[in-house]
Amino acid sequence: MGATLDTLRFTTAGSVDDGKSTLIGRLLYDAKSIFEDQLASIERTSTKRGGERVDLSLLTDGLTAEREQGITIDVAYRYFTSAKRRFIIADTPGHEQYTRNMVTGASTADLTVVLVDAAKGLQTQSRRHAIIASLLGIPHVVLAVNKMDAVGYSQSVFEAIRAEFTAFCRDLDIAELDFIPVSALEGDMVVERGENLGWYRGPTLLELLENSKAAEAAAGEFRFPVQRVALAKFGPQADTRGYQGRIESGRVAVGDRIAVLPSGHKARVQGIVTLDGALDAAAAPQSVTLLLDTQLDISRGDLFAHAGELPTVTHRLVANLAWMAREPLDVANGKPQRYLIKHTTQSVRALVEAIDFRLDVNTLARDTGVTTFQLNDIGRVRLKTQKPLAVDSYRANRATGSFILIDEATHQTVAAGMIQAEGENPNG
Amino acid sequence: MSAVLTSQSRAKAEASALARAANDGLPDRANAHLDWLESEAIHILREVVAETRNPALLFSGGKDSIVLLRLAERAFRPDRFPFPLLHIDTGHNFPEVIAFRDARAAELGETLIVRSVQASIDAGRVVLRRPAESRNVHQTVTLLDAIQEHGFDALFGGARRDEEKARAKERILSHRDEFGQWDPKHQRPELWDLYNARLHPGEHFRAFPISNWTELDVWQYIAREKLAVPSIYFAHAREVVERHGLLVPVTPLTPPRAGEAVVRRSVRFRTVGDITCTCPVASTAATLDAILEETLATRLTERGATRMDDQTSDASMELRKKEGYF
Repeated sequence: MGATLDTLRFTTAGSVDDGKSTLIGRLLYDAKSIFEDQLASIERTSTKRGGERVDLSLLTDGLTAEREQGITIDVAYRYFTSAKRRFIIADTPGHEQYTRNMVTGASTADLTVVLVDAAKGLQTQSRRHAIIASLLGIPHVVLAVNKMDAVGYSQSVFEAIRAEFTAFCRDLDIAELDFIPVSALEGDMVVERGENLGWYRGPTLLELLENSKAAEAAAGEFRFPVQRVALAKFGPQADTRGYQGRIESGRVAVGDRIAVLPSGHKARVQGIVTLDGALDAAAAPQSVTLLLDTQLDISRGDLFAHAGELPTVTHRLVANLAWMAREPLDVANGKPQRYLIKHTTQSVRALVEAIDFRLDVNTLARDTGVTTFQLNDIGRVRLKTQKPLAVDSYRANRATGSFILIDEATHQTVAAGMIQAEGENPNG
Repeated sequence: MSAVLTSQSRAKAEASALARAANDGLPDRANAHLDWLESEAIHILREVVAETRNPALLFSGGKDSIVLLRLAERAFRPDRFPFPLLHIDTGHNFPEVIAFRDARAAELGETLIVRSVQASIDAGRVVLRRPAESRNVHQTVTLLDAIQEHGFDALFGGARRDEEKARAKERILSHRDEFGQWDPKHQRPELWDLYNARLHPGEHFRAFPISNWTELDVWQYIAREKLAVPSIYFAHAREVVERHGLLVPVTPLTPPRAGEAVVRRSVRFRTVGDITCTCPVASTAATLDAILEETLATRLTERGATRMDDQTSDASMELRKKEGYF
């Protein structure tokens, strides 16, 4: 009874026109994850609207405005469990004006399902979804060619879309790419294989989700941002400070020699404390309290790493930035703009000094002549921070390679940033 | 507060540490998803405490807030909680739950602040149209008054996204304007685990550390952590009437209507909200294992099976939340 499963977080990008909500509805329905009262509720609404069959897309649109307009506005989170795995779906809107919501959903995803309407073929929107997946470092992309029923379940239609998308993704940084023909409306290849796609030998969508390796725990180098210093002291003499935080990647053991960044001071791990008692070792994603053998001046925002595996400590960042505010970023005439940068557990002031280029998220073309970012723009910027930050490239580490920018006057989150190492593939 | 563990808890801790050390510090795969959810919640609790001035934790004695308290122990012990517990008491709560609430707060040695809807009624802040009407919606007034009285700038709550479709849209750190209102169409984007906790004076946050948990996760965690819960979560015999497909408990506040037959059934509560709008479900589950089995097999959502207040319209919860409800 107590047996539990691991979790895959995935996002679905697409619009109502692609059948995205229908696909999620189908997945939940056929995986028997829709409750009777939810079904009764959408049946009532479908009938009220004069529909002949139950509109499964109604399951995912939660806000009044979304149901009124028949669109998805914001990210909705759904939960379901199959025999093999537990899933968290971030259901995101597909239209260009909601790019920021797509970025939000993608920031925590292990996998993304990009939907394409078989009858329409690859659209600008499908390319944008793939580019965002690549920028946000989602390791596994599944292109679901939907509405196969509308093209007579034609293998050649599917193969043509597959070839075109494969070619497009060559310029992107996507570790694993899969293709699947589905009909969300009829249910073919979502959970059940159906009878119409006999030529397709690969897994169903659910099988793909169940077997994706994208959710494996963050390996890599040990990174521990200090969230808080405990008020209580530890140790036999009750004179040792405890540093509370979550291991974002890697593993740490008692006796390990670590560096505290940005100061660079060294110490050994003397203890790993949890409510259940002391541990000899701990690994991502555990939240623990760490004790050190040397008393150093350490506070929230400092980062622990193994002495031989240090992140970069720097004032200067080069980053891909997704702009999320209505007020544009404007660095015209070389005038830097000041924001708060929140990176791991600390916030410091930062200046956006220059825009290198804006990325056309539909074609990958770079526009180097711009000095402003509007809402939903994505591109490359240079920043200078008030205090040095201990950073990794986003490719190497999502936790220490990501940041947000906050407007100090409005308190709005205005941008999401992904730190680049010099010389990295600009599209990845 | 001393960090030195008592000898008994030390022995227990060591046994547990040994069991974990044998595992080489790596998370136990069989519990991988509960471990992940637990660590995410601890991270959220610590982040919000570090970034806000004066938080509080909403504790009702219900299962979700019971889980929150254990997560707070994991996040902050051996320190005391860096926040008080707060309960908005409608005065229409099940006595078993109120007794449990007080006992649990005392056992943890934490401060519990209770503010009552009755006091808001007495002060004229809440005006009832009928003396026996549900006070569920009126909690909002008392809640917002309590936030103002104490100057709280963040409230931890046990709401989960799987409960209800408006909640599925809610951020983990959810902004409330100076009127306590939620604006679902203009929420701050929430990226990675980087929470933006900046506020203007008079605004506050609701923080939901168990946003990503399901009802089943909550029960699995209660079983794993051996947490006590109020007795009415387990099957017991109770007088009820059947109304609109729900089993309405017969209480002084909810007497049977004319023509309704009172029957005695084996029931349990899946949620323990206000008496006037919370119904039990037919059940013989008298143990945690039996509750887990039932939760796995159920074909009705937690609120759909038990809440009269959510069935008024498609958007009942969204409307209440916009006004400042939990």
